[in-house]
Amino acid sequence: MIKDYKTIRQIANPLMIVEQVEGVTYDELCEIELPNGEVRRGKVLEVEGDRAVVQLFDSAQGINLAQTKVRFLGHPLELAVSEDMLGRVFNGMGQPIDGGPELLAEAHRDINGMPMNPAARAYPAEFIQTGVSTIDGLNTLVRGQKLPIFSASGLPHAALAAQIARQARVLGDGENFAVVFAAVGITFEESEYFIEDFKRTGAIDRTVVFSNLANDPAVERIATPRMALTAAEYLAFEKDMHVLVIITDITNYAEALREVSAAKKEVPGRRGYPGYLYTDLATMYERAGRRIGSKGSITMIPILTMPEDDKTHPIPDLTGYITEGQIILSRDLHRKGIVPPVDVLPSLSRLKDKGIGEGKTREDHAGTMNQLFAAYSRGKDAKELMTILGEAALSDDDKLFAEFADEFEKTYVNQGNNTNRSIEETLDLGWKLLSILPRAELKRVKPEMIEKYMK
Amino acid sequence: MSGTIIKVSGPLVVAEGLGDANVSDVVRVGPDRLIGEILNMTGDSASIQVYEETSGLGPGAEVESSGMPMSVELGPGMLENIYDGIQRPLPEIRELTGATISRGTDVPALNRKKKWTFTPTAHEGDELTGGDVIGTVQETSAILHKIMVPPNMSGKLLSIKGGDFTVTETVAVLEDKKGEKHELTLMQKWPVRISRPYASKSMPTRPMNSGQRIIDTLFPIAKGGTAAVPGPFGSGKTVVQHQLAKWSDVDIVIYIGCGERGNEMTDVLMEFPELTDPRNGEPLMKRTVLIANTSDMPVAAREASIYTGITIAEYFRDMGYDVAVLADSTSRWAEALREMSGRLEEMPGEEGYPAYLASRIAQFYERAGVVKCLGSDERRGSVTAIGAVSPPGGDISEPVSQATMRIVKVFWALDSSLAYARHFPAINWLTSYSLYVDTLAKWYNEQFGPEYMINRDKAMHILQEENELQEIVRLVGQDALSPADRLTMETAKMLREDFLQQNAFVDEDAYSSYDKQFELMRMILTFDTLGRDALGKGADMKALFAIGAKERIGRAKMAAPDTYKAEYASILEQMKNEIDAVIAGGEDA
Repeated sequence: MIKDYKTIRQIANPLMIVEQVEGVTYDELCEIELPNGEVRRGKVLEVEGDRAVVQLFDSAQGINLAQTKVRFLGHPLELAVSEDMLGRVFNGMGQPIDGGPELLAEAHRDINGMPMNPAARAYPAEFIQTGVSTIDGLNTLVRGQKLPIFSASGLPHAALAAQIARQARVLGDGENFAVVFAAVGITFEESEYFIEDFKRTGAIDRTVVFSNLANDPAVERIATPRMALTAAEYLAFEKDMHVLVIITDITNYAEALREVSAAKKEVPGRRGYPGYLYTDLATMYERAGRRIGSKGSITMIPILTMPEDDKTHPIPDLTGYITEGQIILSRDLHRKGIVPPVDVLPSLSRLKDKGIGEGKTREDHAGTMNQLFAAYSRGKDAKELMTILGEAALSDDDKLFAEFADEFEKTYVNQGNNTNRSIEETLDLGWKLLSILPRAELKRVKPEMIEKYMK
Repeated sequence: MSGTIIKVSGPLVVAEGLGDANVSDVVRVGPDRLIGEILNMTGDSASIQVYEETSGLGPGAEVESSGMPMSVELGPGMLENIYDGIQRPLPEIRELTGATISRGTDVPALNRKKKWTFTPTAHEGDELTGGDVIGTVQETSAILHKIMVPPNMSGKLLSIKGGDFTVTETVAVLEDKKGEKHELTLMQKWPVRISRPYASKSMPTRPMNSGQRIIDTLFPIAKGGTAAVPGPFGSGKTVVQHQLAKWSDVDIVIYIGCGERGNEMTDVLMEFPELTDPRNGEPLMKRTVLIANTSDMPVAAREASIYTGITIAEYFRDMGYDVAVLADSTSRWAEALREMSGRLEEMPGEEGYPAYLASRIAQFYERAGVVKCLGSDERRGSVTAIGAVSPPGGDISEPVSQATMRIVKVFWALDSSLAYARHFPAINWLTSYSLYVDTLAKWYNEQFGPEYMINRDKAMHILQEENELQEIVRLVGQDALSPADRLTMETAKMLREDFLQQNAFVDEDAYSSYDKQFELMRMILTFDTLGRDALGKGADMKALFAIGAKERIGRAKMAAPDTYKAEYASILEQMKNEIDAVIAGGEDA
């Protein structure tokens, strides 16, 4: 039995207080019917006695305390799922906006999902070749990983993410794949860039788009990524697909969360973000992965823009603590015209060790990877010293390292957005660069490997 | 005893009609019988922290109190298992509910059906006190589980029998002084928030061997000691924790994944059964208990997971074992405290953390230590507590890091710039410290002679000096340095690259015995001594730095456990000859 309540006592966007309610439960979805017949949605944040605090997903404009009706629906926010979602575009609340027919739902799923049992996870270990050297060679992506891109205003993260979506494949594998793309508070142009790219490559038929653009309601953004992940879970674990989820931009998401938290008058944590931001982000990111006994997988590439290029800002900081590594873009490299401008040293993939080596990529992968990192780091130090003291102050070895660092950026990193390098090409290029250095300095690669691969 | 919900706000539920319940009682909430714990009482209404997702709960639903505080079940069956924060076995939950964790799942921590073979060691008529061992169960091939009389219980053993029993069947009957009879089973319960009693505590005097060179040689930790591993993300905290869990020479390891990544726990679950303990050849999983409350699991249970872990550790300590507790990460636990505190509308302290944050952290670490156990056989056991700290932005001026630093004795500071240069473990040798160096020096001297500690101090000195010299190099370039200073820089570089760096993913290097560490260190310092001598004799510096033995030292840490001795002797031989040749060349010139 669903009752209509006309007992709204208070509205302070985005919160609404309804009194004299009965049987309302925490996290329940409700519909708000305006006098003109328009219906908006909200969810219960707190219920005490006969008083419910409701968070509106849409604006409060036009809501009238006396005339507006509230209906509690008896279930949390759900998404209708079906395999027919592929190729469709939905708004941030999961309703189709591409002019197509309503979705015939095979099931309805709570968008919050349920925590995955750690004992039921299958460890991600299948190498994904993205065709980007800085990722494949140095920060290897594996199936079921969550690897965010840390970008900043004005940097070409969209181009890199689209390149990964376009080129990513698992070697020797023709399995079912799908892309779930969630636009969270980004501009029409940025969203269209992705969709155009999916259309151009034909991937659009295998793509589900959830779109909450910059002028859509901000609070709706709290639901959008969860909608996308619910769709991804359905496709991956019930339809055995390998799903790549791209969510952009997490910074907008966190800001929406802050807005609701401030309205609830919660004690703010760092920079005004709520103290539970870590937990909240984790319940999204941790939905990536693989499950024992299930063929599908969810690989997640969330994109976030670091405010003021600051990696210690709470959003990138907490993200980095949850995700399995990060790809960081650098403004310096971008200015130098290096595409994609991946800042190699602070970038990291935590799951790389299980996805590389003999039988997966090549036996020399781990050694060359560590050697390239160490050499580039030393080369950058040498170059820094050189700018202060001049080239003469460097030892002979350090001069070689400085030369290595330059060459590394120019060839290895700077591959452009349309070059698709195989893993062999990436590894061979690494060896070519290492040949600049004296052999005694190559401590991280085994001598047999040097004999075999150094040309 | 039951009450009715009047308020739901996330994991906080307020219920009335619970006037007779006690603070800290475990309650069952709502139709799904979610597990919760009473935090506060006002009149007959109780504030309850619920350990599961509360979506769908509303006023009017029933709350039932168990009248018991939050407790763990202690007995055979914990080893090799993986539990959530409130000790529910995750593999069994998986069998019941599939890949995700459904709410209200009720599974006992210890399997009720499995039979264990119990071998009595006490005899009828024995006068026993709390902590006395009445018999044993071979729980895994590595660990003998000792069945003890629960603390706070004593009396005369009326009967005892051997054979196969489940954890709930009576194996012995004890009659106390009042003539009351107590049935003893293989299992006992203990409330997690109260530390288990012991006879007395003593100072830690033995090091915990970890096989990690920077830890064992430079910043050792004692068995029964406390340590913190702080570091920004990506600096390798978890790898350090995993290495300690793998290679520490303790009997039992309790690994608490508190609010961290699910895949990291899967990694442990996959890897540990395959790794063998270098000391007894048994799979490492046979001595390990895992507690996993990953970051997507309910936040309140994260708060409990730390206590669940340390209580299990104390139980094994009481058997006379050395136990290590690794908590990754205590910051997530503190955040769970903060979240509950905020919902209780308590006055916040620094950065929104509750004012009692520091005392809770101190209480946790103080449960570590070397103790003389209860019981008449005077066994000794220890709990070593090592907590990872995840400071926001890597800035350790925040409350959790500061409160932790005040209490722990060892501080392994991870450094992101070392991690970027792929110097792992990225423990910074300048900012880390161990307050156990002096107390442990005696042990090192007895075991390896005085040279071990002398070499340690010498290496520390060289690394310190390098730091100062680098300042000069940054200002005026390295040509301004004297040959002796250049040699210091060179030796420091060798110490950093060839000794401190250790690859956790290469079998030969992942574990380094004390002797290998000692020999490797001695080899590098011998280069320094001989080199200094050679420079004094006018040898050519460039030729000295280019000798072939140096490249071999660079690969020396990769030598296998059975061949390193011969390899190192041969390198030393070559080094001496080459340096002699350089000196001779210098005199020619």
